[in-house]
Amino acid sequence: MQQAFKLEVVDLACERGDLRLFSGLSFELAAGELMQVQGENGSGKTTLLRTLCGFVQPVEGKVLWSGQDIAEWDDTYHEQMCYLGHLNAIKDELSAIENLQMSAGLAGFSVSEQDAIAVLRRMGLRRKEHLPVRVLSQGQRRRVALSRLLVGDSKLWILDEPLTALDVGAVALMQELIGEHLSNGGMVIFTTHQPLQVAGVQTRQLALS
Amino acid sequence: MRLAINWFKYSAPSTFYGLAGKLIPFFAWPAAILFAVGLYIGFFVAPTDAVQSEAYRIMFIHVPASILSMFIYLIMAGYAALGLIFKTRLSSMMASALAPTGALFAFISLWTGALWGKPMWGAWWVWDARLTSELILLFLYLGFIALQASIEDPRRADRASALLAIVGSVNVPIIYYSVQWWNTLHQGSTIKYSGTSMHVAMQQSMFTILVACWLYVIAVALARVRTIILERESNTQWVKDLAETK
Amino acid sequence: MNKLSLFGLLGLVIRRDLLLAMRRRADVLTTLVFFVMVVSLFPLGVGPEPDMLRKMAAGVLWVAALLASMLSLPRMFSADYLDGTLEQMMLAPQSLTMMVLGKIIAHWMLSGLPLVLIAPVLGLQFDMSSQALWVLMFALLLGTPVLSMIGAIGAALTLGLRGGGVLVSLLVLPLCIPVLIFGAGAVEAVNSGMDAISNLSLLGAFLLFALVFTPFVAAQALKISME
Repeated sequence: MQQAFKLEVVDLACERGDLRLFSGLSFELAAGELMQVQGENGSGKTTLLRTLCGFVQPVEGKVLWSGQDIAEWDDTYHEQMCYLGHLNAIKDELSAIENLQMSAGLAGFSVSEQDAIAVLRRMGLRRKEHLPVRVLSQGQRRRVALSRLLVGDSKLWILDEPLTALDVGAVALMQELIGEHLSNGGMVIFTTHQPLQVAGVQTRQLALS
Repeated sequence: MRLAINWFKYSAPSTFYGLAGKLIPFFAWPAAILFAVGLYIGFFVAPTDAVQSEAYRIMFIHVPASILSMFIYLIMAGYAALGLIFKTRLSSMMASALAPTGALFAFISLWTGALWGKPMWGAWWVWDARLTSELILLFLYLGFIALQASIEDPRRADRASALLAIVGSVNVPIIYYSVQWWNTLHQGSTIKYSGTSMHVAMQQSMFTILVACWLYVIAVALARVRTIILERESNTQWVKDLAETK
Repeated sequence: MNKLSLFGLLGLVIRRDLLLAMRRRADVLTTLVFFVMVVSLFPLGVGPEPDMLRKMAAGVLWVAALLASMLSLPRMFSADYLDGTLEQMMLAPQSLTMMVLGKIIAHWMLSGLPLVLIAPVLGLQFDMSSQALWVLMFALLLGTPVLSMIGAIGAALTLGLRGGGVLVSLLVLPLCIPVLIFGAGAVEAVNSGMDAISNLSLLGAFLLFALVFTPFVAAQALKISME
């Protein structure tokens, strides 16, 4: 049974410290949609994304997933989403494969070595699979982190500055991957300071001020 | 979370600020008077003890201070827990307002204990079970205050120190009994009142000072919570409209 | 795609932390070396009379173990916090309590267990009897996991704070006093010809009590710190 996934934000207000970042924010995101959150530094983009993850409790309003408040969801919500923050969440001491397997494990499923290698190759890390991540460049590490999106079958991708440190080729690859994800009925909400165009998809803009 | 009970209105910091200001004199003045009365009875009315002579009079301060230092920790943990569970900000503020007073009483208790120990045991510090527990209690207070002071975000500070206070209060009885057990094992010395029965004047003095201490705690906690409210709400309109901040 | 069971998850977290520690062995060794050094300093400080050393041995070893486990506490969550792994753990559709328990067990295996194993050797420096050595080892075996568990709460509460290392000791040390009392008490009971069983049973009770509550409390503390 395929139910319709939908992310709804209703009258949301967030604070950082004593500072009110935004209030009265409402939007909807349906399957196949791509949304870019825009705003100056400090306008609350990261806080918004972290609120959508459930890290931060909103001061007012709520976040609904398939019609239900994410605070009331059991772990199913977290099964259906994948968050990629500023931090890569990878370990310098582990190889790319081990990193991918571990992060999949922490997310609750196991990935075989073949699958991990396939995903890493797709991310352009051929012959880097067994190297400790320590010796990789910043862009390559970001690729390892991004490869987490391709294992598992999360519907909602929440990406905070996914293109940081990526080269032109990797940006093109990301655009391609996001396009695939959207055409499979996924949805993506992201922030970026670089242009990101996905062929055939209208990028919705959300401006925080 | 706003409940529809009338007195919950006072759990809003802005309302409580004014209420606390009005209440303080009603606790502060009786506290001062009762202190004076209690100390007078303690020093001039209560008879000299046969065994401990005049030195026992320190008990009139030592015992209330010890009792309060323990109670304040539990009350503080209770407020902190309320703040953690119901997200009422005022409760967390009360918890942080109580902590320094509790630490102060624990310190007074240790100080007077040492003063008492010198004439009784010939040493400033004996590893008596109650003194040792009091010392550990002071450490717990200091931990609470230090944790709160080192977290900048007030919400996280409240919630983190609340959790610490709850864990601490679960631990307090365990610590207390293990210290007592440790003490009996090592046959340590115990400070206690050695008279056969307490004179009425002694009881009166101690009780009066105990009540005075309670009133003092309430007055000081209210005064401190007012400053905390001002600090936390400094960028709200109602604080800017206050006469005293202009 | 096969899902992990609760114990599969526990195993994974332990395996992961052990693997990371094996790739960075210095951290494990520093705790152990610190323990050995502190214990060896005592005879230099108080003099080499065997009678006094025998009397002090249990207390010295326990206090040193307490300090050594404090030393390694800040590391329990901080690496995962700094590189973002902790965020991912909290987002995982899995029990955070179980992951915290895994991290506690791994922490104990890396910082507590080595102390248990080396303690008898250090006990010999203090001329402890063989019976006392056995009791010491057993008491440490029961007591050091409790230190890791209570410590996890402190480490979680002080996550990312400036001066977190000293602060965590300030928070955790007073809470560990019962373990110290009964741990050292067990050895002393043997030395004075009594049965150590009551001390050891109490330590065991602490262990069970801590096992039930502390992973949950530490998980809550992590949530507070991450917000």
